Amino acid sequence: MIEKTVAELSAALAAGETTSVALTQAYLDQIAAHNETLNAYITVCADSALAQARAADEARAAGSTAPLLGIPIAHKDLFCTEGVKTTSGSKILHNFISPYDATVVERMQAAGAVMLGKTNMDEFAMGSSNESSYYGAARNPWNLDRVPGGSSGGSAAAVAADLCAMATGTDTGGSIRQPAAFCGITGLKPSYGRVSRWGMIAYASSLDQAGPLCKTAEDAAILLNVMAGVDDKDSTSIDLPTEDFSAALNDSLEGLRIGLPKQHFAEGLNPAIDRAIRSAVAELEKLGAVVKEIDLPNSDLAISAYYVIAPAEASANLSRFDGVRYGYRCENPVDLEDMYKRSRSEGFGEEVKRRIMIGTYALSAGFYDAYYRKAQKIRRLVKEDYARAFEEVDVIIGPTTPSPAFELDSMKDSVTMYLEDIYTIALNLAGLPGMSVPAGFVDGLPIGMQIVAKDYAEAKLLNVAHQFQQVTDWHKQKPALSTAAKTKEA
Amino acid sequence: MQYETVIGLEVHVQLSTESKLFSGSATKFGAEPNTQANIFDLAMPGTLPVLNGKAVAMAVKFGVAIGAEIGKHSVFDRKNYFYPDLPKGYQVSQLDYPTVGKGTLTVTLDDGSEKVIGVTRAHMEEDAGKSLHEDYQGMTGIDLNRAGTPLLEIVSEPDLRSAKEAVAYLKKLHSIIRYLDISDAIMAQGSMRCDANVSIRPVGQEEFGTRTEIKNINSFKFVERAINYEVQRQKDVLEDGGRIVQETRLYDADKDETRSMRSKEVANDYRYFPEPDLLPIVIDDAYIEAIRATLPELPDTRGARFVSEYGLSEYDAGVLVATREMADYFETTAKLSGDAKLAANWVSQDLQALLNKHGWELDESPIQAERLAMLIQRIKDNTISGKIAKTVFDAMLDDSSDVDAIIEAKGLKQVTDSGALESLVDKVIAENPDQAQQYRDGKVQVIGFLVGQCMQLSKGKANPAQVNEILRGKLS
Repeated sequence: MIEKTVAELSAALAAGETTSVALTQAYLDQIAAHNETLNAYITVCADSALAQARAADEARAAGSTAPLLGIPIAHKDLFCTEGVKTTSGSKILHNFISPYDATVVERMQAAGAVMLGKTNMDEFAMGSSNESSYYGAARNPWNLDRVPGGSSGGSAAAVAADLCAMATGTDTGGSIRQPAAFCGITGLKPSYGRVSRWGMIAYASSLDQAGPLCKTAEDAAILLNVMAGVDDKDSTSIDLPTEDFSAALNDSLEGLRIGLPKQHFAEGLNPAIDRAIRSAVAELEKLGAVVKEIDLPNSDLAISAYYVIAPAEASANLSRFDGVRYGYRCENPVDLEDMYKRSRSEGFGEEVKRRIMIGTYALSAGFYDAYYRKAQKIRRLVKEDYARAFEEVDVIIGPTTPSPAFELDSMKDSVTMYLEDIYTIALNLAGLPGMSVPAGFVDGLPIGMQIVAKDYAEAKLLNVAHQFQQVTDWHKQKPALSTAAKTKEA
Repeated sequence: MQYETVIGLEVHVQLSTESKLFSGSATKFGAEPNTQANIFDLAMPGTLPVLNGKAVAMAVKFGVAIGAEIGKHSVFDRKNYFYPDLPKGYQVSQLDYPTVGKGTLTVTLDDGSEKVIGVTRAHMEEDAGKSLHEDYQGMTGIDLNRAGTPLLEIVSEPDLRSAKEAVAYLKKLHSIIRYLDISDAIMAQGSMRCDANVSIRPVGQEEFGTRTEIKNINSFKFVERAINYEVQRQKDVLEDGGRIVQETRLYDADKDETRSMRSKEVANDYRYFPEPDLLPIVIDDAYIEAIRATLPELPDTRGARFVSEYGLSEYDAGVLVATREMADYFETTAKLSGDAKLAANWVSQDLQALLNKHGWELDESPIQAERLAMLIQRIKDNTISGKIAKTVFDAMLDDSSDVDAIIEAKGLKQVTDSGALESLVDKVIAENPDQAQQYRDGKVQVIGFLVGQCMQLSKGKANPAQVNEILRGKLS
């Protein structure tokens, strides 16, 4: 049962084939069997999950038909969860029990979901491998020597290994799409403003966006229906008419115009991935889509602009972690400055400190124009590239990543790591929605196809992804988990 | 050498919204520490700001009142620095695109002349909390009640040329803010705070001298003193061949001096950048016009009306319109008593002296406008003389009964019975035969002395006009 999709579980629960308690217990068993190896969860909430499951079963008996009633979910550990430790993957929040729920958490709960726990992540979502987590790297279920990607690596690994039915993640430069690609699952980064950021621990406020990690496009639509919507607690959330993202899943792709950016099929791309994506696109052509090459001339500037803007915002966003009101405080500070310096030096990891320094530098007097202002100009150019492309095509498709999941500890310098996000990062700068869906295997590792649509055209994305998943079965492939581990069917 | 003083003021005003600039916490003054701080004010991870539209309306109201350009597209920025009473590690302010742009304020100087002072800008920002250094055994307590209270920072051009001008500007600003009812603007409580940028230059030199910024001045009186001290200090430095260091200085009211703050604080690089958690404030003409329609009559207009409508002198009108409360008080008194000039005199002199003596605000006065108007009516209808009225006024402080009852109870009613007055006059003439004769001999001004004697004899209760008439009759 645990390998089923959200849509299937929903039907099974409605039909009385299983109960939320049984299902939740099955996931808890799977977590017990595999989390030690995968390190996908930082916190598992077994007791409260079972209590929620019992409540869900009672609610169902009482007639509730909430969309996610009784289905177990995992939240990335940067969503604040009332009464539950929320670390953002950092030592500086190792003891932080949130006094409130994030809007995303609240909406999932209102939809009946059962929270299994909080998933591992790169510290403050800064990373593409999950290796910067203070709680140790999560592992890729397809190969334990490989990274699951990041920053939402724990969520991706948990979904791929059936340690939950669905998970939340956040995407600032590719942090949902890249781990989804590495772990062979479906991940959606909605348009900026589509999902409330209230209660989501900020990395880079103008780029951060929450979204689902799950098994199919159909599930992604169900989850987006729950997550999306304006929130008066987040001024940057967008007030759009309520939309049923499942409604257009089965629309025909006849005449769909697909653009393939030449910059995303260029040097640096693993040739096997190039071939896999082209054959995936060929599947879409068979469904009636027409394909053309497009130009995104400023693609090569996106990473540089991102690594100014994101660290600049982060340098301010992370100032609140000062040891004064909550979180880690150094031992025996001699004075205020000592407390600040040591709490932050000891509480933050290397990558976080590096980005705080980059951002601080970029905003400093005398450097602002050369870095921050210039990066904002590039951001506008990147946005214009996509706007121009969308005059000619409906969706833009390419590889999610240039290579499959890499080995743990293999990225020796941060710039090489940053280049992992070369195809994903521009969307965050432009605020566009994007998805990654499984599109093949290279060296026994899953790879992802990225689909991009116009602002707020998530329904189109989901339609294309769903139709693709109707004619392919890459998304149905499961990693062979260690045989030593006991698995139990629900 | 002769020097000219150049001053610009930065005035922070706490806007009197019920909740904070970016959170729903209350903003009341004097609450128990940290009882008005929610998860946003504590900068809990994941919390976000939501702009209080009432603060924007107040800022725009101020802008419209001083004829300023209103920013159609204003932007909040983060100003980054670490301090325990600044929970987010940055203050949200407005750097390049403030809500209120250039405007002007006209002040009246001591010699009665008017001077137009430029206002560079007024921007919105959040206040910090308070660090409490006492009673914590060497530790520091943090009170975040004030953190996030909306401030309007009003920046003047360097148009002020003396400490007195600076005070006149500050008082005018205070007056307008009170008229607009956008802040309590009480300097002693910190709801209005003033920093002064002060420099001097040789008379005739166009270039500004190096300025210092004086912080922590919390009364009108201290503004004047701090600036005067600083100007003298700068003169002394220059005369001794030294040079002025650009720095921030603190005013110490106890010692009446300014002293240098640590230079480290001055060297801060605040790394401003646009606040990504908030959208720009977009304001259209309709909004501005709607705010303009809510403007009350402002002090200058009201003063001019007092001159034309009530026939007051410009000076009296200026004194009465200084605060909205005082002007309201005067106007009520004038209307109810039917004598604006008497009302003006009583309000600006007797009432003002009373308030000064007790340190009262107008609303604390035991004599409200209705009672004062009644007192003036009793002067007008000859129930009491102006002099006796002062006695009644004093009695009204401790006695809240109505004016007539007090006059009655104290037996202060003016004597107008002509029989009684005639015997009074007869007595005075009999007791002062020399003066009576002088009058008869044509030295008519001596009548004043005789009237005075009558008044004294009657303990002020005689009607002086009647006495005068009877005296003249008897002596002719």
